[in-house]
Amino acid sequence: MTETAFFLGQIFNGISVASLFVLAALGLALSFGLMRVINMAHGEMLMLGGYFAYLTLHVVPGPLAILVAMPVAFLGAALIGALLDWSVIHRLASRPLDTLLATWGVSLILQQGARSLFGAIGVEVVAPRWLDKAILVHQGPLAGLAVPEARLFILALTAAVLGGIALLMTKTRLGLYVRAVNQDRPIASATGIDARRIDLMVFALGTGIAGMAGVVLALLGPVTPTVGQSYIVPAFLVVILGGLGSLTGTAIAAFMVGMISALAQIFVDVSVAQVLILVFVILFLQVRPQGVIAIRSRALES
Amino acid sequence: MIIETIRTRMADPAARIRLLICLAVVAFGVAAPSLVSSYSLTLLARFLAYSILALGIGLIWGQGGVLSLGQGVFFGLGGYMLAMHLKLAGHAANDLPDFMVWSGIDTLPLAWVPFRSALVSVIAVIAVPGLVSAAFSWLVFRRRVGGVYFALITQALALAFSTLLVSQQSLTGGFNGLTNFSRLFGFSTNSNGFGVGLYYVTLGSTIASYLLLRWLMASRFGTVLRATRDGENRVRFLGYDPTPYKVLAFTIAGMLAGLAGALFTLASGVISPAMVGVIPSIEMVVWVAVGGRGALWGAVAGTLLVNFAKDEISSALPSAWLYALGLMFVLVVTFLPEGIAGLVQLRGPATGWRRFGLALPRPRNAE
Repeated sequence: MTETAFFLGQIFNGISVASLFVLAALGLALSFGLMRVINMAHGEMLMLGGYFAYLTLHVVPGPLAILVAMPVAFLGAALIGALLDWSVIHRLASRPLDTLLATWGVSLILQQGARSLFGAIGVEVVAPRWLDKAILVHQGPLAGLAVPEARLFILALTAAVLGGIALLMTKTRLGLYVRAVNQDRPIASATGIDARRIDLMVFALGTGIAGMAGVVLALLGPVTPTVGQSYIVPAFLVVILGGLGSLTGTAIAAFMVGMISALAQIFVDVSVAQVLILVFVILFLQVRPQGVIAIRSRALES
Repeated sequence: MIIETIRTRMADPAARIRLLICLAVVAFGVAAPSLVSSYSLTLLARFLAYSILALGIGLIWGQGGVLSLGQGVFFGLGGYMLAMHLKLAGHAANDLPDFMVWSGIDTLPLAWVPFRSALVSVIAVIAVPGLVSAAFSWLVFRRRVGGVYFALITQALALAFSTLLVSQQSLTGGFNGLTNFSRLFGFSTNSNGFGVGLYYVTLGSTIASYLLLRWLMASRFGTVLRATRDGENRVRFLGYDPTPYKVLAFTIAGMLAGLAGALFTLASGVISPAMVGVIPSIEMVVWVAVGGRGALWGAVAGTLLVNFAKDEISSALPSAWLYALGLMFVLVVTFLPEGIAGLVQLRGPATGWRRFGLALPRPRNAE
């Protein structure tokens, strides 16, 4: 394997890790922009998506079952998200720090529930034949470069989700309402928009996307009760870096975090890479405390 | 002068009740070694060590409005600083700690050398967490990044710290942490007398920390800190810079966590990454939430209550503890945001439930 091939492979890894961060952070960023609320149980939506994929593959046979699992995981996670928003989050909406703690309690219950139902070791989701190979480069300057199909699938899915959300936000009436509530909640309510309902729908949409991310996560490794935990802390950092209420900012921040993580792992091990990401975030906030793209300043937030 | 002040204060019957309760609790604490079994005494020593850390959370969260999900880091720093000395003190001068031998290391790593000295370790227990928490919080607060952002960054810090401890096996003992201690200051750490002595040191430290924070809260520093919690921008418009106040509060909380970590390591005989990571760090916040973030005594009461409950529940029904913990968090935060301390209210006019020393929770609006 040539050095260029190795380097390119690592860059590709970075992009595919970044796209998982995008899927995991998108829902967080959406509802954080609207409600200033961070859902600590968001990682468990990834986990639930993984288990939904596992269950679907038991019921539906055939190579395309994974495509059926996507909408199942989306709807399942969205439903649980809606329930969570209705039962806990909207009651605490004016107390962001308390919401953080309450949703963490929910995440513990969900993890323990998954442990009781499916066991602590985790379950395997076998990738279908058309996704379990890697595209290999055999000759030329890039000989040795291997691009796993499952990771290409993640890239395609992320692009589709990002495109879909962009269309939803700019072209539909719901998107218009979301942008209005995002900009000024009281004025939006005064014009007749049911802000409460918008909150609920955006929250469910965000958890649904996390559920779909859980399906692709299941293709990469076993689904365990704590599988969401390893992706969620970087996803929180992505939201901090991205800037309040900006989806473009979230995507750019996810790309930065994914790249740093993948490139740092050429030289150091995973745990040191994690420290480097944290150091990067803190240094970045020294220069731009408002995040990559800021619609509003954080400086005078109450 | 002092007698005069005490006399005026004690004119209030509620103050007299408070003083009596305080004295009763301290008397029980002092008499505990002859009242409870030695197993319960070990638990009490551990949980009192935890409550020193909880007092720090009560300071930054209850009084300063800053939620940290990474106090385990400073707890761990304190614990590891002392544990490194304990590992070296148990051996002959040139022997290496057992886990280093297993990792195939033949000379003591440079980072370990200063910890041959007991004095350096004891200073480091407070100083290292203090320096780390001061530098970290200054970097974040000076750019006015706070609230939810700060909480999430501290959580990332806890994750990075615990994974780093696990991965640097030859330096930190890896996943198993540091254990098998035998000597400190020439005493055997396994004797019964050492356990009782350690208990009294922990009890004394808890009371001293409590009194120190009470004094701080009554000072001008406490007033500005509470003002920052209630309206940071107003404090700025009044001409104060809130950053040094928040940094100082966070540093004190970090130092208390370091002291707590060292005492806990002695009482339990082990410190490992599993005690300092993301989940333990957030569990520490639960103790204070249950006890009541508004009052410092609530932090101590909550810590003891939750930990004894955890001990009971997890030995009877191991899998039930996480359900109980999760549910407790959701319910307390949603319905009882002031915790136990919010229920017991001896101040104010004796009307309604207050006549019985109880105050039903009031809804809290803004953060």
